[in-house]
Amino acid sequence: MPEPDVRGAGGVADGSATIAFRGGGFQPQPRRLVPFIVFVLVIGLWQAASWRGWLPDLFMPSPWQIVGAFGDMLHSGTLTRHVGASLSRIALGWLFGTTAGLAVGLAMGIFSVARAGGLPVVSALFPIPKIALLPLFILWFGIGEPSKVATIGFGVFFPTVIAAYTACDSVPRNLIRMGQSFGLPAHAIVWKIVVPGAMPGILAGFRITASIALILVVAAEMIGAEYGIGAFILSAGNLMQTDQLLAGVTLLSLLGLAVSTVLGAVERIVLRWR
Amino acid sequence: MDLRLDGITHRYDGLLVLDGIDLLIRDGETVAIIGPSGCGKSTLLGIVGGLLRPSAGTVRTIGKPRADSLNPFTYVFQDFALLPWRSVAANVALALEHHPLPRAERQARIKAALGLTGLGDFADALPRQLSGGMRQRVGLARALVVRPAVLLLDEPLSALDAQTRELLMEDLLAIWARERSTRLYVTHNLDEAARLADRVVVLSRRPGRIREIVSIDVPVAERLSASALPVIAAVRDRLWALIRDEARVAEREVQHA
Ligand SMILES: Nc1ncnc2c1ncn2[C@@H]1O[C@H](COP(=O)(O)OP(=O)(O)O)[C@@H](O)[C@H]1O
Ligand SMILES: [Mg+2]
Repeated sequence: MPEPDVRGAGGVADGSATIAFRGGGFQPQPRRLVPFIVFVLVIGLWQAASWRGWLPDLFMPSPWQIVGAFGDMLHSGTLTRHVGASLSRIALGWLFGTTAGLAVGLAMGIFSVARAGGLPVVSALFPIPKIALLPLFILWFGIGEPSKVATIGFGVFFPTVIAAYTACDSVPRNLIRMGQSFGLPAHAIVWKIVVPGAMPGILAGFRITASIALILVVAAEMIGAEYGIGAFILSAGNLMQTDQLLAGVTLLSLLGLAVSTVLGAVERIVLRWR
Repeated sequence: MDLRLDGITHRYDGLLVLDGIDLLIRDGETVAIIGPSGCGKSTLLGIVGGLLRPSAGTVRTIGKPRADSLNPFTYVFQDFALLPWRSVAANVALALEHHPLPRAERQARIKAALGLTGLGDFADALPRQLSGGMRQRVGLARALVVRPAVLLLDEPLSALDAQTRELLMEDLLAIWARERSTRLYVTHNLDEAARLADRVVVLSRRPGRIREIVSIDVPVAERLSASALPVIAAVRDRLWALIRDEARVAEREVQHA
């Protein structure tokens, strides 16, 4: 009897069976249309419910009314004024907090003394919700801009410190040993190995501190401000102008999206090597 | 420049890892160090290169290193230790950046090192784009660019697959032939030791002591010729006979660190 030639395995003898496929799945695939459809569906249902009178205008205005409120704000120029006030507070506070936080955090990442001295202070102050300090800052700096900027800066500072020094810890030890073995001076090891190696962790920290800054600016503006998105939302609420209130909330959502888009772009550029 | 190790002993806390290593390494020699895992090979290399202080004993140089050597003791690491954010050329350049060199010489050295390791076309690639073998070539180029007096190679091929390892062994022999440095080559791979080294130092399991030094009587330049094969095979068998029992004991040992 001739041996079957299994090399091509073309014609298969009787009693054969194909092997049932049981792999695949469990891996998100891109679905380009689905997000768009869901978004339109949610807004559409909301709008339909408002038209039907299922949602009382006063408590839940329709999307269309919110768009209208936006239009009014845009025309009267209040939109730019409020957004501008909030943005400048966020930018200043975030910049101060980040600069100081990176300086302290990198020092704690690099020098044992700074680590030992800084850790208890950071651990004690980090858990305080920073908005609780606003009254104190108002006493120190007055009700104007500095107290708000200080609150945001303070809120941004501690997470930045923690992100920076843990990011330093995550730089592989063997890269530092490599630098030493080539006789790199200590400052070169810091600037050429530790800091770039800590960049992913530091940038991840930026995402957290950006959202903290957004929370704090709204809270601070609700406590005492003439302009700003937080002040605008609060006064709209007091006047029962819910369409304006929700326009302000939508604005915050857009602002957060814009910030995270910018940070995403920064990450893509700075961390191109990953 | 010769190298002399006198009574090198090392402890991590209480754990005795190396015990009285005496060794004379002659200029231009390739010395392989083999021994079961955990016997202190990396520790010994760290001590020779000045990254670790021995608990006792000294490493002395006899004579001057070559005049153009910017970093007399230079490592090649098992895990390559490349900076992932730097291109191939920039990784190699790192070793020169803190030395005052004329721009032209810097460029020439980098070009020569990339050429020697077959990386000429990959100067702008990032490490993540390269295979393991190519990454280790970058590690080699970075070491060669400083013209080391002593190359300290710590299991340089251990992270590579078997085929890549074969290729790199051939390339290392070609580089050995074109570049004059003393080499200390740590490995647990008997084949690498028998094919690449002039002498093989066999360490006992921890605490590492020198059990035997095996010389290989074929010049490194002739290792790829067919006549070398039986010699290499005999050396490999000899090495295996030496470490086999200890390797088995070491394998069954409970880890301490
Ligand atoms: N930094 C360290 N602290 C404590 N023990 C260590 C340290 N480094 C290595 N050891 C221990 O010393 C022994 C020798 O390590 P090593 O020199 O890396 O061995 P090898 O390279 O031969 O495998 C091992 O048992 C290891 O666990
Ligand atoms: Mg080792």
